[in-house]
Amino acid sequence: MTPQFLFFCLAIVAITAALGMLIARSPVSSALWLILNLFCVAGLYLTMNAQFLAVVQVLVYAGAIMVLFLFVIMLLNVAALPSVRDIDWRLGVGFVLGVALLAQLSYAIASSTDLMPAEVSLESTVATGSVEVVAKELFTRFAMPLEMIGVLLLAATIGAVLLARRVSPK
Amino acid sequence: MTTSLPLIALIGFGLINFFLISASLLVYAERKVSAFIHNREGPNRVGPLGLLQPFADVLKLIFKEDITPKVANPFIHSLAPWLMVVIAMTTTALIPLAEGVVIADVQVGALVLLALTSITVYGVTLAGWSSNSKYSLLGGLRSSAQMISYELSMGLALGSVILMTGSLHIPTIVEDQMLVWNVFRNPIGAILFIVTAFAETNRAPFDLPEAEQELVGGYHTEYSGMKFGMFFLAEYVNLFIASFVIVTFFFGGYLLPFQSFFAGGFPGWLLVALQMGALVLKSAVFAFIFIWVRWTLPRFKYSQLMNLGWKYLLPISLANIVIIALIMAVAGLF
Repeated sequence: MTPQFLFFCLAIVAITAALGMLIARSPVSSALWLILNLFCVAGLYLTMNAQFLAVVQVLVYAGAIMVLFLFVIMLLNVAALPSVRDIDWRLGVGFVLGVALLAQLSYAIASSTDLMPAEVSLESTVATGSVEVVAKELFTRFAMPLEMIGVLLLAATIGAVLLARRVSPK
Repeated sequence: MTTSLPLIALIGFGLINFFLISASLLVYAERKVSAFIHNREGPNRVGPLGLLQPFADVLKLIFKEDITPKVANPFIHSLAPWLMVVIAMTTTALIPLAEGVVIADVQVGALVLLALTSITVYGVTLAGWSSNSKYSLLGGLRSSAQMISYELSMGLALGSVILMTGSLHIPTIVEDQMLVWNVFRNPIGAILFIVTAFAETNRAPFDLPEAEQELVGGYHTEYSGMKFGMFFLAEYVNLFIASFVIVTFFFGGYLLPFQSFFAGGFPGWLLVALQMGALVLKSAVFAFIFIWVRWTLPRFKYSQLMNLGWKYLLPISLANIVIIALIMAVAGLF
């Protein structure tokens, strides 16, 4: 009961935050909404017993990447978009109803044509998300992709440094 | 962990109050130590030896008018000081106070600690941005750049400890130092961690975000009253918690020196009390060092800060972790 309740609370906040990120007119507010969203997703991982993933989500996305985003936004001092004064509320209602209809239709089509993903039970053991299990999987079964991603990231970093380097006048 | 929930709540309540009071004592200690270093008296009017001075200051801050600039973003302007204090106080839950006494017994505790450290920067950055003032914004920018630069070295220094212990569980890391403290097994990591802890707490010589000669007050220029007081509180709580973290990871945490030889003869409650005392005492030494350094070393220039972070600390911490991994691998062969 409690995990489900938590899941729905976090999911609602996450979706609200995602909408807020899209709607917000000032880039800093957008970034803040996104941070809230990332925290909620970390909370969702926790309800699925993926402790490690949750912490890494906060550490990497909320702690490092978003700080960098905020830093760049503030450094460039990006101005807020002009606020939209007259939103036609009928458009909004129409959009929501349209999306609801689309969701219903796609559910109907998917369930009648066997395209639905297999039901996965949310019940998971404590062990699934622990560091040991994740590490074992990463360093044995997925060792090759992991190394390749590492090399790719290194190449990207070197490329970024090379692009940003000023050529000194001789 | 069999500790009951009410007991944990009680420990948490005690801990928060302990840190609140220790923050005011640290302010007093800072003023007295700085006075000693400057060869003057320091606070000596309010209460015996001026001991009540910080409490008088807090009272003053509470009664001061709280001003929000007209052009500021009011919500974020009030949110930022809260963030600072809440995140600082959350960190205390992870530190084991004695054998089996820890509020949040998380399996990946060391990572949670890093995550909390990395989101501390939001308080400063948002305070700087929401004030809508040039000085504040510059302070916030400096802070985020500094945090990003030093977080890497801090994470790698912590990584070397985790590598040696083979666990992310903080009480396990402490118990692992029963015979030899980590500072003797991993001296380079310890030095790196202490230096980066100075940078992460924005203490001198890394206090560029609030450099008063250049930025008036840095990120908290536009704050007054108790909101400013909360930044002040967060700074000292952060300082003390950084001392606790340094002690926990490198100086044996709550362990008494040579505990394994004589601890068997103690009753349980006495051992817990002694361990808490040892932890606080060791941390107080580091809090003193924090203050000592602030009043002894001049502030870095910005370029020096970046050079130190990226060109010295980062390569050294990378080399350190590789060397420790190699030693561990070679030792594992036999």
